Amino acid sequence: MIAEAGHYALVLALGLALIQSTVPLLGARWRDAALMNVARSTALAQLLFVAMSFIALVTLHVTSDFSVVNVYENSHSLKPLIYKITGVWGNHEGSMLLWVSILALFGGLVAAFGNNLPLSLRAHVLAVQAWVAGAFYLFILMTSNPFLRIANPPIEGRDLNPILQDIGLAVHPPMLYLGYVGFSISFSFAVAALLEGRIDAAWARWVRPWTLMAWIFLTLGIAMGSYWAYYELGWGGWWFWDPVENASLMPWLAGTALLHSALVMEKRNALKVWTILLSILTFSLSLLGTFLVRSGVLTSVHAFATDPARGVFILLILCVFIGGSLSLFAWRASALKQGGLFAPISREGALVLNNLFLTVACATVLTGTLYPMAYEVLSSDKISVGAPFFQLTFGPVFVALLLAVPFGPLLAWKRGDLLGATQRLLAAGIAALIAIALVWAWTYGGATLAPLAIGLAVFVVMGALCDVAERIGLFRMPLSISLRRARGLPRAAWGTMFAHAGLGIALIGIVCETTGNTEYIGAMRPGDVVPIAGYQLKLDGLTPRPGPNFSETIAQFIVKRDGATVSTMTPSKRSFATRGMSTTEAALLTRGASQLYISLGDATADGAIAVRIYHKPLVLLIWWGPVLMAFGGLLSLSDRRLRVGAPKPAKAPRALQPAE
Amino acid sequence: MRFLRAAIVVLGLLAMAMPAHAVQPDEIMADPAKEARARELSKELRCMVCQNQSIDDSEAPLARDLRLLVRERIAAGDSNGQVIDFLVARYGEFVLLKPRFTPHTLLLWLVAPLALILGGIALWRRSRRRVVAGKQDVPPPLTPEEEAKLKRLMAAEPSPEKY
Repeated sequence: MIAEAGHYALVLALGLALIQSTVPLLGARWRDAALMNVARSTALAQLLFVAMSFIALVTLHVTSDFSVVNVYENSHSLKPLIYKITGVWGNHEGSMLLWVSILALFGGLVAAFGNNLPLSLRAHVLAVQAWVAGAFYLFILMTSNPFLRIANPPIEGRDLNPILQDIGLAVHPPMLYLGYVGFSISFSFAVAALLEGRIDAAWARWVRPWTLMAWIFLTLGIAMGSYWAYYELGWGGWWFWDPVENASLMPWLAGTALLHSALVMEKRNALKVWTILLSILTFSLSLLGTFLVRSGVLTSVHAFATDPARGVFILLILCVFIGGSLSLFAWRASALKQGGLFAPISREGALVLNNLFLTVACATVLTGTLYPMAYEVLSSDKISVGAPFFQLTFGPVFVALLLAVPFGPLLAWKRGDLLGATQRLLAAGIAALIAIALVWAWTYGGATLAPLAIGLAVFVVMGALCDVAERIGLFRMPLSISLRRARGLPRAAWGTMFAHAGLGIALIGIVCETTGNTEYIGAMRPGDVVPIAGYQLKLDGLTPRPGPNFSETIAQFIVKRDGATVSTMTPSKRSFATRGMSTTEAALLTRGASQLYISLGDATADGAIAVRIYHKPLVLLIWWGPVLMAFGGLLSLSDRRLRVGAPKPAKAPRALQPAE
Repeated sequence: MRFLRAAIVVLGLLAMAMPAHAVQPDEIMADPAKEARARELSKELRCMVCQNQSIDDSEAPLARDLRLLVRERIAAGDSNGQVIDFLVARYGEFVLLKPRFTPHTLLLWLVAPLALILGGIALWRRSRRRVVAGKQDVPPPLTPEEEAKLKRLMAAEPSPEKY
């Protein structure tokens, strides 16, 4: 009954999407406010029905109703409750339902909070949202229905893929989808602007918070996924340039570019056409990501769908939306008026440069991801494109970008002073040189690029700090005035600082992880001691332990440093009987930002067990960086200037705020 | 650094007097320099049954075979290039995580630099056009009617100095 109700709710949502995709457009054409307002009610109703459908599927999973194929294939009655819930999106059908649920959520948010939007713009935006939603409802109903029943229900389910039974996976896909799908809003705004043939700075002001929100979620989602891979897959890698990872990186790169170009558009009314194009491209890359992961063109850890009918359907959606929006762009973009002149050396110029680098980086990832597939189709021969390729091509572009990052915020709008900016970055430059010298002396004879990369990272972090120090007049004015100015500084300026500094912090982590690791690989017996990076790790013993739906072997390690016991670590190896698979649960010991990492291999016949022990210096910075970036985004999002239509209190000390 | 790492591994092994039946240590070569080369090469070679994993990362049996093969070739005195050639001859280009720069990978390698160069040129031309446009952007002189209107307005408006 619940399954049928969920199925029916989804069909109703499709019906509502069809109404929403046509009626408001007619309303806009006939200037009929009542028809345009239909979009608002349908978007909210759609959210209600999709939510019902999603809750139905969650209920089916939680109650282990194995008469439903999706539950039978991905659940087990003994699975812990949390994984019964997260198992809902741990499979193709469920994750597509999550996708449309989030799409409906965003549509509902625009409907609920878009009161300050011009009526016709809101009608257009919601109509475009409904096109996307309708296409995906159809996709789910026709090729990936999660509510299908089995004629003769089995007693027990087949369990979820063990490596997906992890708390990281509980959070990673929803975050990622909030990001992916969040970009649908900027896409809808862009298409709406093209349909209306009107676009202005206010448009950018409406789009920016949505883009920023999506970007925050995507940033956290990617970081989350990377950390999940790091501890769950058991070999300590955190980024593999796997097509699935690239699929999430591309919208992030384009989305970051979009954030910056929308800034130019909002503040200076320039780069309109480019911003529209980026909005379209960002969501197109999100769709492409969905296609890559969901169609089964790749087979990797994440790609659990391998049904060509689905692939063709998504490809069709992809072609219609990307092709359609780009054609619309080609047709209507010339109607958009350009505005806002600026000199090459200016804040705008810096943001254009940022966009150039980010787009090129994105293009590199795109070719690297699609080339092997295209090559295989065209020549029936296979090539691999992996980490060494991306390090060679993506790396230099990103280095150039990072070099330019500190300069951007220090340049004035319209016409900037590069020499002045350089002078103001002197402190950051000196800090970077000191860092290079220190790291070089410390790792003498080591990797030559490492000190330079650390120097670059320090430059980025210090550059971000310099910008704020400059704005609040730190060291140039009495401290009390600086503090008052710091309080008066718009939150967006703090946001910029955190986001840019986060970039540098992440780079420090990446460099340390790739060049400073210490590792031990060997077989150990109980009582053996391994010295690694100043720690002594003693294998105390191996104990078997039963879990809810698995059995595991736990190894106890006692970690000592200078004779004193620091902690114990308990890596384990789990074997899941239902799927006949085993997973390694690595043990991590965090010391500051560094980590000790132990993962177990196979046991040998004579009681020894293979272990890999790593000491990863400052590895956590890799993820603290993105968290800082997301925090910066959040600060920026809370800036009152982004809340359009919010009543503006009369603010006397306006003059204290530095010029934007 | 890599040398150091390999040395630590080897020292660790010696210190513990590892038994011979170890799973992975048995792959490690006696000469740290050669072992470091092997690790370096392993990072560029794909474990063909895995997804985008190098044989250095992978735990698959095939990856182990390839790791041993690499070390065998190094022990036999092959240069890095020779080892790579040997593996490509045996397993095809698919084994390379960094595709070779050949006609069929031309596009792959050139997209990034070309995009950067073309983008740079486009921006440069755009900014020059903008400068020219900016110079021509001087508004046309006022028509006689406008002049008259301006005079009228100026006369009607009291000048600020009087306040």
